[in-house]
Amino acid sequence: MNSLQRLLFENVVLMKRWTCRLKRAKLTIITGLIQPVLWLVLFGQLFSRIMQPETLEGVSYIAFLTAGALVMTVYEASAVGGVELLFDRETKFLERLLAAPVSRFSLVANRFVYLILFSCLQCLLMIATAALLGVTVKTGVGGVLVILLISALFSAGIATVSIILAFVTKNHADFFSIVGFMGLPLMFCSSALIPLSRMPDWLNIIAHINPLTYAIEGIRKLVIFGWDWPYILKMIGVIVAFDLVVMAISVKILRRGLTVS
Amino acid sequence: MTTAISVQNLYMKFNHTLALDGASFEVRKGEIFGLLGPNGAGKTTTIKILLSLLRPTGGSVRISGVDVLANPQEARKIVGWVPQETAVDRLLTGRENLYLIAGLYHIPPKAARPKIERLLEIFDLTDAADRVVSQYSGGMKKRLEIAAGLLHEPAVLLLDEPTLGLDIHTRRKLWDYIRLIKRSGTTILLTSHYLEEADALCDRVAIIHKGKIMACDSPAHLKAEYGQPRIRVEPAEPLRPEQLQSYLRALSGVGRLSAHRADPHEIRLDVDDPFAATKAALAEAEKLGIPLKGVSAVHTSLDDVFIKITGSDILEANAVE
Repeated sequence: MNSLQRLLFENVVLMKRWTCRLKRAKLTIITGLIQPVLWLVLFGQLFSRIMQPETLEGVSYIAFLTAGALVMTVYEASAVGGVELLFDRETKFLERLLAAPVSRFSLVANRFVYLILFSCLQCLLMIATAALLGVTVKTGVGGVLVILLISALFSAGIATVSIILAFVTKNHADFFSIVGFMGLPLMFCSSALIPLSRMPDWLNIIAHINPLTYAIEGIRKLVIFGWDWPYILKMIGVIVAFDLVVMAISVKILRRGLTVS
Repeated sequence: MTTAISVQNLYMKFNHTLALDGASFEVRKGEIFGLLGPNGAGKTTTIKILLSLLRPTGGSVRISGVDVLANPQEARKIVGWVPQETAVDRLLTGRENLYLIAGLYHIPPKAARPKIERLLEIFDLTDAADRVVSQYSGGMKKRLEIAAGLLHEPAVLLLDEPTLGLDIHTRRKLWDYIRLIKRSGTTILLTSHYLEEADALCDRVAIIHKGKIMACDSPAHLKAEYGQPRIRVEPAEPLRPEQLQSYLRALSGVGRLSAHRADPHEIRLDVDDPFAATKAALAEAEKLGIPLKGVSAVHTSLDDVFIKITGSDILEANAVE
């Protein structure tokens, strides 16, 4: 094996750990399948009377909500996903892994890649659920592929934040308080539930520095309106910039967390 | 080459405490070597340095000739480790765990399969292989962890407190597995604070205390060198305080009272000649009219050696930590 093959092999081996667990985690699978339906049906119905097409640039609320629900689902899974590395730290299984001649990079990368792939799966599930409820992606199969790309890029940034938290928090109780605390403000300070143009000015400003907004806006464009390449590329550009920033921050923290002291 | 592990002048400083203070020892190829000491003596620190999980402040470490500090990844390939804590994923089955660990040593599934099936059989885990580890008993889990440590056929196996928390029966069974591993030619370094375990298993032991190696030899040699012939006098009935007083006074010429051993049920004496001392103890008892159940010679244990060398009992030392 050359070093690239070895890296690939290690990541496949380590990811198998998560898929083995997932196939036994019936509850996770069931709730994961129901979650998208809850989002679209409950939220969609709750706001359908007050959110009229004229406030939403001419579309039904459920169509409008699809992008927000999709991004929130991806966000939640990715933001919590790093905790497995924290559990490994807590149980000291991480030490056992570090004692093997495996690349230190692989020990984190496998979880990162798994979370991105998992997000893509959830993304497809959400699109399928929306289709069942009558919302089809305006840009067709090509659009779905770009939605997957945006979800993956967005998930990459959030997963990185989650992995950083797994190495800087003392224990999983702290981890969950932080992650739980972040979710609501990030959702309300984004265009997940209502259009940017309908937000109070100060919230609108905050929404513009929130990476969720860019993922939502890009996907919403593809779901409802159609191919607006300059706009979509701008959204992707901001998400990539966000990814690069958090990854740059993570390098030092991970190096310290994974090397000998 | 006959040296499996060579540790020279190892220092490890954490903030202001010196966990290792110039420790040196050598483990010979094919032997079971015990590193003995209370918690905090430096056992786990030494193991972690051998695995490159810690970088020592000073000193050198070689495993089968590989310089561990210069080539950590090379060293990790030839070392197996069974940590005191978690060595397997509780949410995977035994078999899944073994494939995972095999993968971490770059053994592809096809090559891993026969190794895994053989180890499952050796460690009597074939029937439990497809059960999730969280359902395993303590002994089963430990056996799986040891099997996982042997997958890549390491030259050296490090066992960190292998029987901690297991009941006596399971511990003794585990000793048989450890002897089996030795017979296959693997060198074993184990840490323990059960001294009778080290006595039963180890070819040689090192006693580590406050980061220093205080003694290093076979258990028999250590007992011969540091051991103290001793007799045990058992009265037929518990002695009354004044009886105990006068009897102890009469015995003062026979030997010294062993530490912690002046109770009305049993008197232990450090002596020079157990035979002469036994006769004297019987004679003194008869003179004072104290009926005895018996007098016997006491064999030296590693505990005695440990107390002699470190000045404290290993379990008491643990309790202080």
